[in-house]
Amino acid sequence: MSGPPGLQEARAAYRAGIITPGRKRAFFIAMALSGLALPLAVYPVFLMNVLCMALFASAFNLLLGYTGLLSFGHAAFLGSAGYVTGHVLKEWGWPPELGLLAGTAVATLLGLLIGGLAIRRSGIYFAMITLGFAQMLYFLAVQLPFTGGEDGLQGIPRGTLFGLIPLDRTLPLYYLVYAIFLLGFFVIYRTIHSPFGHVLRSIRENEPRALSLGYDVDRYKLVAFVISAGLSGLAGATKALVLQFATLTDAHWHKSGEVVLMTLLGGMGTVMGPSVGALVVVTMDNYLSGVGDWVTVIIGSVFVVGVLAFRRGLVGEALHFARNFPI
Amino acid sequence: MSAAPKLEAPPAGDLVLETRGLTKDFRGFVAVSGVDLKVRRGTIHALIGPNGAGKTTVFNLLTKFIQPTAGTILFRGRDITRARPADVAREGMVRSFQVSAVFPNLTVLENVRVALQRPLGTSFHFWKSDQTLRALHGRAVELLEAVDLAGHRDEVAVELPYGRKRALELATTLALDPEVLLLDEPTQGMGHEDVGRVVELIRRVAAQRTVLMVEHNLSVVADLCHTITVLQRGAVLAEGSYADVSTNPRVLEAYIGVPE
Ligand SMILES: Nc1ncnc2c1ncn2[C@@H]1O[C@H](COP(=O)(O)OP(=O)(O)OP(=O)(O)O)[C@@H](O)[C@H]1O
Ligand SMILES: [Mg+2]
Repeated sequence: MSGPPGLQEARAAYRAGIITPGRKRAFFIAMALSGLALPLAVYPVFLMNVLCMALFASAFNLLLGYTGLLSFGHAAFLGSAGYVTGHVLKEWGWPPELGLLAGTAVATLLGLLIGGLAIRRSGIYFAMITLGFAQMLYFLAVQLPFTGGEDGLQGIPRGTLFGLIPLDRTLPLYYLVYAIFLLGFFVIYRTIHSPFGHVLRSIRENEPRALSLGYDVDRYKLVAFVISAGLSGLAGATKALVLQFATLTDAHWHKSGEVVLMTLLGGMGTVMGPSVGALVVVTMDNYLSGVGDWVTVIIGSVFVVGVLAFRRGLVGEALHFARNFPI
Repeated sequence: MSAAPKLEAPPAGDLVLETRGLTKDFRGFVAVSGVDLKVRRGTIHALIGPNGAGKTTVFNLLTKFIQPTAGTILFRGRDITRARPADVAREGMVRSFQVSAVFPNLTVLENVRVALQRPLGTSFHFWKSDQTLRALHGRAVELLEAVDLAGHRDEVAVELPYGRKRALELATTLALDPEVLLLDEPTQGMGHEDVGRVVELIRRVAAQRTVLMVEHNLSVVADLCHTITVLQRGAVLAEGSYADVSTNPRVLEAYIGVPE
């Protein structure tokens, strides 16, 4: 029983004084500021896509890295939120803020349902049950009339935020997406570093021991699962608003696999790892789209090499390097 | 076996823990069979027996980690046969594990703090800062001092030597201030000095509570425990004080070839 190597590295970096509260604050401020300036230099739709997937992967990491649960059905939350948000914006004419809320709320409820049924099992059984539910949802997405079947929902209107800010202009939209990302990221960060987060850690480290100390481990896992599902939903809802479509791709099990990949590549159990992993994967998707089906082969190879060579994930390895070669 | 102990007479307390006909059948293999256990309040009670006798299984049954095939368990007179493990712990019966059970990647201080955290009532508060847990550090350090670990508070538990891991586990268990303490071989794998320290600690903490312990080291049992229950192939072979049990011919027979 031991934690993910990325997380061990992060903790070691703390103890070695590589990560200090001051440096951490400075890093987060620098990150937040560069996020503000980036759309002036980089194609904003690409950035927004990265932000959505980074939020998705960070939410997933709350389960995998910090609770020790491998869900293999997280596309269910990303995809269903996208459809719900798309539907209420397009067919019911809801304003964007309510559309985002509706998608997030549905994903949260789905998380409660799926989590409630899956959480009693552990390891591979848990993974398979979550996958099973995600497959059922995918089937519904293909069959139900309101999802648009193979075509998905197209031409979702972005509307006007709070009736004040029209989102059809790129920069306001970008800053909205950026604010959503920061909010979601903060919720995850706070959860990890909360009294609740400490109980989650103890469950991941030694579940029977946590149980013997009087913690109802299933309930803690369920709350973590619901938070993760809700934030994955927020990511999916935001993505639908940005791209103006919701399709089967986001509900497909490929996405459930891709989020595992992003998290491992970046470093599970590290706060920044999933975001870095998302950046790498979305970038590859984007720039390699010209080569067609070979994308999956290339991403697969990168993943294999990445996981073999960088066991701690990119962020974990960077911390390891900094610890052994301090500046 | 070592000389008869000089123990003061066990306090004539009422029963804090009782089992009636406790039985566990693992698909045809009866690991625990019709065990009637009576643990009096305020005593140190030993559960001994050869390897595979069913001692750990009894602990798993008492703390509800596994469900009995038959029989009842009464804790403070209340039937807990169908209770859930977390509830049993919250009601005051807390176990340790045979194989050292620490939280390996948490620091020594964090290990104990996790146990102290629940009474704050904020264990589900995911929106609160963990700085609020600092209020527990004083108490955590006190508990660590009792097992000589205060100087190691910021080390990661996985890096401690085995004996210290067991000491940390004990401190974590004591953090819950349980009414009944179940210790599964607390001195196993410890050097001579560590054993002495742990025995003293158990004696000290047992002043305000009841201890049920599995122990292979009979000299520890001899000078620590008021009552001894001998288990063999899942059933109770003998029960009584160390003097009674150690002269019981059936016990001697069961223990032939078993080193002290
Ligand atoms: N989950 C299980 N399934 C099947 N058999 C089990 C299970 N748990 C324990 N047993 C069996 O029950 C018997 C009693 O095991 P137990 O661990 O309670 O013994 P013990 O008295 O604690 O022994 P030791 O001194 O070696 O710790 C053993 O034969 C063991 O193999
Ligand atoms: Mg045992």
